[in-house]
Amino acid sequence: MDFTPHTEADVARMLTRLGLKSTAELFGHLPAGVPLPAEIAVPSPLSEPEVMQLVEGLASQNRSELICFAGGGIYDHFLPPVVRALTMRPEFVTAYTPYQPEVSQGTLQLLFEYQSMLCAATGMDAANASLYDGATAGVEAAGLAVAATGRSSIWLSRGVHPHTREALRTVLGARRVAIQEQPLVGGITAWSDATDSPPAALIFSQPNYLGVVEPYSTAVERAQQLGALTVSSIDPIALGVLTRPGEAGVDVVFGEGQALGNPMSFGGPVVGWFATTTQHVRRIPGRVVGATHDLEGRPGFVMTLRTREQDIRREKASSNICTNQTLNAIACLLQMAWLGPAGLAEVATQSAHKARYLAEALNRIPGVRPLVPAPFLREFALGLPLAAEAVVAAMAERGFLAGIPLGRDYPELGDGLLVAVTERRSRAELDRYAAALGEVVSAG
Amino acid sequence: MPAEAAGSAASAPLVGGEREPLLVDLGGAGRRAWSFPPLDVPGGPLQLPELATASPPLPEVGERDLVAHVTRLAHRNYAVDLGAYPLGSCTMKYNPKLCDWAAEHPGFRNLHPTTPAHLIQGALSVLVGAEEMLCALTGMARASFQPPAGAAGELTGLLIIRAHHAANNDPRREVLIPDSSHGTNPASVSMAGYQAVTIPSDGRGLVDLDALRRAMTPAVAGLMLTNPNTLGLFESDILEIAKIVHEGGGLLYYDGANLNAILGVVRPGDMGFDIVHSNLHKTFATPHGGGGPGAGPVATTAELARYLPGPMPAREANGELVWKMPEASIGRMHGNHGNFLVVLRAFTYMRALGAAGLRRVGERSVLNARYLASLVPEAFQATSTEPCMHEFVISAGRLKRTTGVRAVDVAKAMLDRGFHAPTIYFPLVVEEALMVEPTETESPQTLEAMAMVLSEIASQAQRDPASILAAPQRTPVRRLDEAAAARQLKLHW
Repeated sequence: MDFTPHTEADVARMLTRLGLKSTAELFGHLPAGVPLPAEIAVPSPLSEPEVMQLVEGLASQNRSELICFAGGGIYDHFLPPVVRALTMRPEFVTAYTPYQPEVSQGTLQLLFEYQSMLCAATGMDAANASLYDGATAGVEAAGLAVAATGRSSIWLSRGVHPHTREALRTVLGARRVAIQEQPLVGGITAWSDATDSPPAALIFSQPNYLGVVEPYSTAVERAQQLGALTVSSIDPIALGVLTRPGEAGVDVVFGEGQALGNPMSFGGPVVGWFATTTQHVRRIPGRVVGATHDLEGRPGFVMTLRTREQDIRREKASSNICTNQTLNAIACLLQMAWLGPAGLAEVATQSAHKARYLAEALNRIPGVRPLVPAPFLREFALGLPLAAEAVVAAMAERGFLAGIPLGRDYPELGDGLLVAVTERRSRAELDRYAAALGEVVSAG
Repeated sequence: MPAEAAGSAASAPLVGGEREPLLVDLGGAGRRAWSFPPLDVPGGPLQLPELATASPPLPEVGERDLVAHVTRLAHRNYAVDLGAYPLGSCTMKYNPKLCDWAAEHPGFRNLHPTTPAHLIQGALSVLVGAEEMLCALTGMARASFQPPAGAAGELTGLLIIRAHHAANNDPRREVLIPDSSHGTNPASVSMAGYQAVTIPSDGRGLVDLDALRRAMTPAVAGLMLTNPNTLGLFESDILEIAKIVHEGGGLLYYDGANLNAILGVVRPGDMGFDIVHSNLHKTFATPHGGGGPGAGPVATTAELARYLPGPMPAREANGELVWKMPEASIGRMHGNHGNFLVVLRAFTYMRALGAAGLRRVGERSVLNARYLASLVPEAFQATSTEPCMHEFVISAGRLKRTTGVRAVDVAKAMLDRGFHAPTIYFPLVVEEALMVEPTETESPQTLEAMAMVLSEIASQAQRDPASILAAPQRTPVRRLDEAAAARQLKLHW
């Protein structure tokens, strides 16, 4: 295929104007020592039908049709066609960062509305226009806390997503920020009593990775004693029924926003949420959109607080982020608009009831037990009498993606499975899942 | 009047209407768009701590109003699908619908990232195929798709540089950056715990070799370089640059922002680069999404591949693909596998074009830029006598002195005439800079129309500068008060 419009005659005419005889002469000034490869090891071109056939063939080697009980930040929620149709409008898909606001009011207003929606959902004062995902948003949140306090350690709950914890270790180590992991006791973060060298932040997840609803007050009060910031990852669906983190005293909220409006997408592109209080607004990473007016007094929107950003501030910027996840943020906004407060509560409530129903059914299977005793929202940790990886493989043969094995990330819990339930799962599917797991365990 | 050219991708200016209300103003208590089946398991009040006493204060809108609102907002956006978008350094080429189709395929779109490897052989094959092609095009050994954007790729590369020096027990603290570099470079250097040291450009707009030699002390961990650089010039001393950096014990990092210019023609690996990031949303035609998502895979030499972020796909003896963490990996740079659907689009693009088509991309991106540069009116000063690659930088400095019309005014006047503006005031080393990148997907007729628009703006600036200073007038809104936005922050409704 070829997406360039030039005819041979076009090329000849253009070269003539440039006083060149061939396309190769365009590169005639390149230094002699840099070789021009005779051949690049890329397969031959394909026609459009051939490419589609290739992609179809590869797609058929993925078991995307498995009924999904895996979560861990990426959930199989209902995605209405209207959200997808609006998100995929080419005026949004094929634009870029709104450097020229006069011709970017569509993107800018939607991002302003996304920020507004995030503030309303979380009870925070200010949100940015998206980060890459939950894990990288966690890195930025820790960075804000370190910069705001001038301290060089963070306390990190083991209830935070293991991949977010890994990403924090990857990046913060280079900046000599120490990470002190805080254990889960009975499924809930047990914050240290230490008072020497207080941390920049206490970072936890609501609900935590094991699905358990954490008490906000424990973290907030402990952070206040230490003069540290309270930083919480949030599951956006939980905001349908749980106290808003802003009202609970959280200073920085981050999270994986995929559950609202974005397909699972093999984990990317998704969207990182980031919101904080007015106090920290000038330390926010990335793009922020603000309202203003044009010279005729009409309302309009621009990127603002630009002096925090890399293209202006360079090495002193609050973050290096440039390209973000705008389109995924727009999807998130549209899903929130489609749901409204009642719809968001309905998703959270149905997911929670169905999760409890399934957990009770599974706990009746001999050898299967809850791994943590604490109350969960829509995801729970299950103890199994067999290796979790083997259970997942056997359940796949029965049509289910059964969950996420916990052994690698939580060896202290023994072998276990993290099971997520969304509003999409019908009672019939839950019953079939329980029956299948019963078979697998008894055959084990 | 706007220049007319038959068959060009100069669109009419946007039409916007007076104002679009905020979503919150379209709401009414009790309106709703959603519907779900009734709960089919036992319900009742939730038994949980931290339950809210009220629902969050989100707007309540009907689906019909939502659709009209968002569609009207779409009409207030310029985009590649509407016309030429010569935003320098951003490579705003046409985004093939074929690649969107691939990314919307349910076999990929509905895939959970923790699905066991034996059930996702298709997705892993896409990653392997994309990696092989990317390595072939950049002259590198391995590539990781963890970094979700170019800046994340830079940070990844710098952490690899840090790991390399740490393994040699040779911690270094500085990273060299040319003064013409993208702002993400120094910002990434700080995030990686290094100090950025700026290297000046010489009279040609290229890296000053003497300055580089002086700066290349044992404290220097590496040099980050964009080639062609942000002036659109090929660093003709690249082999000498590589020698200086390597002899000083440093590593050479390739910022792939401008990879489009050399695609299929020359390779960073053959120039001596050790680490390369690519912007799939630039070079490999994935859509920019109004600001993202992109993808910034990082490729390295065989020696450095052990540090790449992971997990990465690996092939077992039986042919099956599995996930493996590189042995000395810096760790994760993303919660899952990076922006996979963006990688899938780029994979589709590369397979469609093949080696010959990818080389044609490089050739025609340079042909288009060189051709357009030759048509730019003299009112705009060229900033170099060197031939440009895929983009060029012109200066409105003289125009400003003679007419008061600045680069920003030229940009706004272009919006009135149906084109997106070039990047302005970058690179910082050029006065009143306009950085123009036409990309290979524009026809010569479109380039001619763009040049005519620039000529017409220049002559109108001489005749009637006030009319240019008042631009844009035909866009959905006119110039916006950015100072007021920053002074009186209003970040939500």
